[in-house]
Amino acid sequence: MEPRLFAGPPAGSGPEPLADHRARLGSRPSGAAAAATVPTLEASGLLGRGGAGFPVGRKWRSVAGQEGGRPVVLVNAAEGEPLSSKDRTLLRLRPHLVLDGALLAADAVGADRIALYIGTAQRDAHASIRRALAERRDLNVAIDLHAAPDTYVAGEESAAVHFVNEADARPTVTPPRPYERGVGGRPTLVQNVESLAHAALIGRFGDGWFRELGRDVTPGSALVTISGAARDGVREIEIGTTIGELAEQAGAGTTARDRQAVLLGGYFGGWLSTERGWDVPLDPIALRAAGSAFGAGVVAFLGNDRCGVRATSRIMDYMAGQSAAQCGPCVFGLRAIADATARLATGRPERDDLERIQRWSQQLAGRGACRHPDGAVGQLLSSLRVFGSEWEVHQRRRPCTRERVAAITPARNREQVA
Amino acid sequence: MTATFRPRPTARPDRPAGPGPARTELVVDRIACDGFGMCAELLPELIELDDWGYPIVAAGGVPDQLLDHARRAVAVCPVLALRLARIPAAPVERGNAGWHGNRPSSVRG
Repeated sequence: MEPRLFAGPPAGSGPEPLADHRARLGSRPSGAAAAATVPTLEASGLLGRGGAGFPVGRKWRSVAGQEGGRPVVLVNAAEGEPLSSKDRTLLRLRPHLVLDGALLAADAVGADRIALYIGTAQRDAHASIRRALAERRDLNVAIDLHAAPDTYVAGEESAAVHFVNEADARPTVTPPRPYERGVGGRPTLVQNVESLAHAALIGRFGDGWFRELGRDVTPGSALVTISGAARDGVREIEIGTTIGELAEQAGAGTTARDRQAVLLGGYFGGWLSTERGWDVPLDPIALRAAGSAFGAGVVAFLGNDRCGVRATSRIMDYMAGQSAAQCGPCVFGLRAIADATARLATGRPERDDLERIQRWSQQLAGRGACRHPDGAVGQLLSSLRVFGSEWEVHQRRRPCTRERVAAITPARNREQVA
Repeated sequence: MTATFRPRPTARPDRPAGPGPARTELVVDRIACDGFGMCAELLPELIELDDWGYPIVAAGGVPDQLLDHARRAVAVCPVLALRLARIPAAPVERGNAGWHGNRPSSVRG
């Protein structure tokens, strides 16, 4: 597949300067042509790439149609997901493509302000976007840059709005949702940077062009971050590429027997055994049907020598620690689940720990202001399905057959484009 | 093992559900709720408490014959975390299923 977002200069040459970007792609649609982008986006079938996969065109239309003042565009690159680095990589290498998308969105929905919300730790992304803004002469809207706290929930859209409004990156109770009342009380389009970059290309080349890629149900290309027992890094893939094909490209084996399982989506995503998942397309629809998620494009391979219970335990501990500590079920439920999971992982379970984490997980979904607990227990429930016999082994205090080491290594070179 | 892990349906009254008639839902403000548990005492038919005392609201809305009890449960909450909301009949959602259930207010939108 010819890359789309990463077309142009190779990763090693760093951020693409504005002149090169313009020479390669021309100007973005503006004025009336920008407004006409909304139906084009709807026809393109582009799904949001921040994790939830909401149709982008429909979101733009909702914001454009709201009353309550001039809209605001909030560009979301908080990227708090520990296994994802695609957003910072895109910002570093193609800052002008992202800015084009943000400016197009502002024109299309009638916004007069763009808030850029980028994770504090992502210094290269910050530097790249600052340089890119200095190069621009076509900024017809106010643009402000915000350093998102490096927490997991900071990227949740109500948390992002909350931070821009009050410097507090904790989720708020919805409704009202950001598209109804967001930044400064105005209708706010919260959109992930990869989604905006795709929109910038769809605005130029049309929905038919976008749909030329996509081998399963969902059209287009997507950025994925590969980690774990593989050559790690960020890649652009055709949606519908199978897990097995990606594994082969990333040096993670040639058959399902070469790896034990794969975590998809992120820490809020879902596990699949390679046995079941090898031929499953990396497509939101297919992955959902398989009990997993495309999420933020995380693909983490678990080696045959690693323990899935331990891998899950580390994730649950992290997720409990990343609760915004606002909602009781999340604060107490996630912590209790993480503690019981840790006892199981380390071979010191209480008598009914396995039964308890099953019951608690089933009770937690839908009981927070945001979906943080839902995501965490969704991941755990998928682990219980995939590593079922391992969980039983741990509950019965039998010796774990797998190596007792850290299970999933985040992409080491987080800026690598594979 | 798989079959036993089906999540118990809990109400998501803060979002329009699929197609169906208008109905009344109990909505918990999860940030305001401090787990006093008085709602569950007054309305055990629809509200149970988890192991830490926080309410689990049964899915499916409030049947007419329990509306008075529901109103009392709402009134007694010391932190005003419970309310009744009229959920209009929702149109059939068309198009793509989202990765987390097709909500505009996504985790990490």
